[in-house]
Amino acid sequence: MIINHPLLGPRDHQEFVCLGDATLIDRPDWRDEDAPERFHDYLHLRDNPAGEVREVWYHEHGDRSWLVVTRDTGSHEITSVELAREVARRRGRGR
Amino acid sequence: MRYSAFRIFQQGIAGNRGWKPAWRDASPQSAYDVVIVGGGGHGLSTAYYLARKFGIARIAVLEKGWIGSGNVGRNTTIIRSNYLLPGNEPFYELSLRLWEGLEQDLNYNAMVSQRGIVNLFHSDSQRDAFVRRANAMRLAGADSEILDEAGIRKLCPFLAFDNARFPIRGALWQPRGGTVRHDAVAWGYARGADALGVDIVQNCEVTGFVMEGGACRGVETVRGTIRAGKVAVCVAGSSSRVMALAGLRLPIESHVLQAFVTEGLKPAIPCVLTFGAGHFYVSQSDKGGLVFGGDIDGYNSYAQRGNLPVVEDVCEGGMAVMPMIGRARVLRMWGGLVDMSMDGSAFIDRTEIDGLYFNGGWCYGGFKATPASGFCYAHLLATGQSHPVAREMRLDRFRRGHPIDEKGAGAQPNLH
Repeated sequence: MIINHPLLGPRDHQEFVCLGDATLIDRPDWRDEDAPERFHDYLHLRDNPAGEVREVWYHEHGDRSWLVVTRDTGSHEITSVELAREVARRRGRGR
Repeated sequence: MRYSAFRIFQQGIAGNRGWKPAWRDASPQSAYDVVIVGGGGHGLSTAYYLARKFGIARIAVLEKGWIGSGNVGRNTTIIRSNYLLPGNEPFYELSLRLWEGLEQDLNYNAMVSQRGIVNLFHSDSQRDAFVRRANAMRLAGADSEILDEAGIRKLCPFLAFDNARFPIRGALWQPRGGTVRHDAVAWGYARGADALGVDIVQNCEVTGFVMEGGACRGVETVRGTIRAGKVAVCVAGSSSRVMALAGLRLPIESHVLQAFVTEGLKPAIPCVLTFGAGHFYVSQSDKGGLVFGGDIDGYNSYAQRGNLPVVEDVCEGGMAVMPMIGRARVLRMWGGLVDMSMDGSAFIDRTEIDGLYFNGGWCYGGFKATPASGFCYAHLLATGQSHPVAREMRLDRFRRGHPIDEKGAGAQPNLH
């Protein structure tokens, strides 16, 4: 698989490690009433679909940026790569 | 038809015209006591033990393709019970004991070969960890030995003992481990279940569940609706997709694991050999091919094929530990879908939906579990209680704070 890094261009996926589903960006708030339940679901439950998924990948052997990769789990085709920072900001997270 | 040496002789004289198909290709009836979704090794063994040990009469196994077309035909055929944790080890030891009696029980030659399994270690700390594991295995009634360097040199003289990074200092040795012919396991259980009246229905994909008043009362299939007292899902690799039809999310990701076979060679490897530090394990099939593999690719996949970097990594591991493998040519490689769970251990449990049961999350080690998985699942389905050796394999163990995390890697499926 070739991951088209938004800053560095096409890179072999060997340079990256996959963390998992992009919902990992949406960490629950520990102050919520139902925080234990939400943390359970956040940490342990996955949709795990066959088809398009959005995942967090880390450019470990590169610029160490976190990316959100949209990929098909049936064909391994990658359709979009974004900086996780920008995805998180659009969702109202981060500083 | 009972198989025996006499039967072969008799059929030989009669021109081999009397052999019958080993199981019927059944059409689905409208209702059963138990419907098992998934005709792999685990589903077929569940059906067999339900009928044989628990006396359930009306059982169907529904398979999307043909039986044995999934992971039971795509694995590297290793059996062992060298686990550490009390939630796992007694279960896998039960499985190994069932393997030992399997062929007599089924009257079917599954080529169970207890050639032993070696886990190499390279340092004092690794040895200490394996000594602890060996003791845990013995506490659960399994066999285990620690081989020193001379012992492993005698058993496997061809290894690279003086590798600069991973010098071989000894090994954890389980003599009762080994290999089994995987296809014969599916066929043997299918034949055994069929003889006890189980309907094995092929080309029958489940497309939904029949839900009534919040309870599961059957399945919708491409061959019509089938009602059931209990529905037992057993589709590791595709667990999330099937359980999503019932609206459930699982603590599972689907990953791809690759395996490789070389051309046939003269007998060289006397055991199953694992080099954990280098992500490589190998055994030699009875045909002579070296069957080997390594780590999962590390990303979610339903593609049943992996990528080249892992091929390179596995072959590097092989070259590092046994350089003689460099002369062998790889004939085939393939990928299988594995349910990677959040702690690297499996599930055999009821779900929050009445009448719906779940078996899955076997990670890359489901084959060795086939007999005990079926036996414990059948126990749960028939009695309503978890079998004592499977009672920690619950779906709610993360919520309760009792994961079975052999590796201590946390809720990160691609690290287990």
